[in-house]
Amino acid sequence: MKKKIIASGLISALAIACLSACNQGGQTQEQQSRGNTLTVLNYGKYIDEDALRQFENETGIDVKYEEYESPEEMYTKYKAGAIDYDVICTSEYIIQKLISEGEVLEQDYAALENYGNLDKDILDLAKSYDPNNTYTVPYFYGTLGICYDTTKVTEEEASSWDCLWDKSHANEIIMMNSVRDSFVPALKKLEYSLNTTDEAKLQEALALLDEQFPIVYAYFVDEIGDEMISGNAHVALVYSGEAAYAMDYNEDLAYCVPKEGSNLWIDSWFIPKTCKNEEAALKFIDFLCREDIGMANFDYVYYASPLTPVVEALDEEIRSNEAIIPSKESLEKCEVFTAISDEAAAYLNHLWQVLKSQL
Amino acid sequence: MNRIKQQFLAGPYLVWIIGFILLPLAMILYYAFFNEDGTFTLDNIASIADPVNLKAMGLSLELGVICTLICLLLAYPLAMILNNLHIKNQSFVVFVFMLPMWMNFMLRILAWKLLLNKNGVLNTILLSLGMERITILNTPAAVVFGMVYDYLPFMILPIYNAMARIKKDYIEAAHDLGANNFTVFFKIIVPLTVSGIISGIVMVFVPALTSFAISELLGGGKVLLIGNIIEESFMQGMQWNIGSGLSFVLMVFVMISMAITNAFDKDGEGGTAVW
Repeated sequence: MKKKIIASGLISALAIACLSACNQGGQTQEQQSRGNTLTVLNYGKYIDEDALRQFENETGIDVKYEEYESPEEMYTKYKAGAIDYDVICTSEYIIQKLISEGEVLEQDYAALENYGNLDKDILDLAKSYDPNNTYTVPYFYGTLGICYDTTKVTEEEASSWDCLWDKSHANEIIMMNSVRDSFVPALKKLEYSLNTTDEAKLQEALALLDEQFPIVYAYFVDEIGDEMISGNAHVALVYSGEAAYAMDYNEDLAYCVPKEGSNLWIDSWFIPKTCKNEEAALKFIDFLCREDIGMANFDYVYYASPLTPVVEALDEEIRSNEAIIPSKESLEKCEVFTAISDEAAAYLNHLWQVLKSQL
Repeated sequence: MNRIKQQFLAGPYLVWIIGFILLPLAMILYYAFFNEDGTFTLDNIASIADPVNLKAMGLSLELGVICTLICLLLAYPLAMILNNLHIKNQSFVVFVFMLPMWMNFMLRILAWKLLLNKNGVLNTILLSLGMERITILNTPAAVVFGMVYDYLPFMILPIYNAMARIKKDYIEAAHDLGANNFTVFFKIIVPLTVSGIISGIVMVFVPALTSFAISELLGGGKVLLIGNIIEESFMQGMQWNIGSGLSFVLMVFVMISMAITNAFDKDGEGGTAVW
């Protein structure tokens, strides 16, 4: 779900900013016409629509459902303030940013009826951005790893980030065209934290990426899965969900989380300050934690669900597929991104541009 | 009365121009000259001097110039051939050249990506003929190729228009006075098509200079143009101010190109009149 818009980027950013500036006046009207409704903001294609209808039928609450493509877009939408969202799902690093800005309400989520369904390990991992699990409830999670062509790369090779630096795969390596993700292999090779902002350590990582640059085929965003399916590269740095998609179409492909460790992402629900109907929002989150609903959503989204009963009900084949459900060993090696300061982000971005301006 | 009616009809366009051209421009200027806490600064503009940005700007200029030159070399003879074709329906031939432009350029670039891919159509054909695979994708050459492909019609049209306007009498007169083909070309045809050439150059150079989607798609993220830096500052780095500062610098370059055209094309005879 780490999708980013490549095209029309500038235009849409401007359009959103422009429209939001014009829209702020309409807020009060919106509030008056609100009955027992719940305004939900979620990633595109990230919920089973039937589940939404079921929620409406069971509770009598009207759901106003909205979608977005990238976390940055969600942030802009929320900050624009044109609509008061009641409950939002997004990636952990953006939630952390919002928590630090005081935009997220604390709730006693543990009191929810179905809260017990959540995997304790995932809740523990989520503590890196939500120390008491009082701001968020995990929805789906996954890992960052290597998708490789089993006819060209052995399982053992792919079990280490070193294979992304292997000259025998020159021009057969795909990296991600996003700053923090592409720094993960370099930082983990150096045994540093993914969230380090120490400039010397980041420089070391950059030196590694510099060394890798000539043998990289391309830095892609959304098309990595498709490139792997059509056999245009031997190895690629990808998110587990993308790898699962690719493996569905090409059986030579496999996925693994390298032994040096990697990134674990968790998309979670939270209730923002703008919430006008906390009761309904809590009901909604509780509803999503229910086993049957969790199952329906898993079938639709196909990412790892943090709901223990859902995972236990799956076939052995799916459960052992590392690209869908990360193994316990993988989870132990993984680290969650935490939000870094604006200055650190700018520095990292600068390094990234230095790397890519070699040609 | 009539005037008021005319002005009223311009209303929707006025709304459009304010909402989607002037307002965004004003916002860019604001972001460019102020930092996050709203104090005036020139740092965002000065960030063009950063080695990375300078390099990207240089690469953009370089690829833009190469692309423009290739377009000119391809378009000029083509326009001459089109002009000399003795077909009844010449506009139909021009129409055929314009036809691809009606398809979204992004789709056409994506198609090229598939064609040029490692296991793409082109390489499959080459391999089956027993030849070496070519790996042009994800290099600056591929980006130039995409730009030329996309912007070539913008060069052909104004040159063709300027050429079609040359009266046959001039050429015949020159021949009668003893000029050979070479002299006719350099003394008559070229000078009379300068306005077309200049507007063609600007119409190709400006979009090539500012493009970011083509380099993103055909450059595989390895070719960093100034447009890509601006896009990344907005979408990835959340550095709107620097992005706007760089956009402003780029706008200055665009305006310089425009000024050059206007200097050459005072009478408005260039191809732009057709659009």
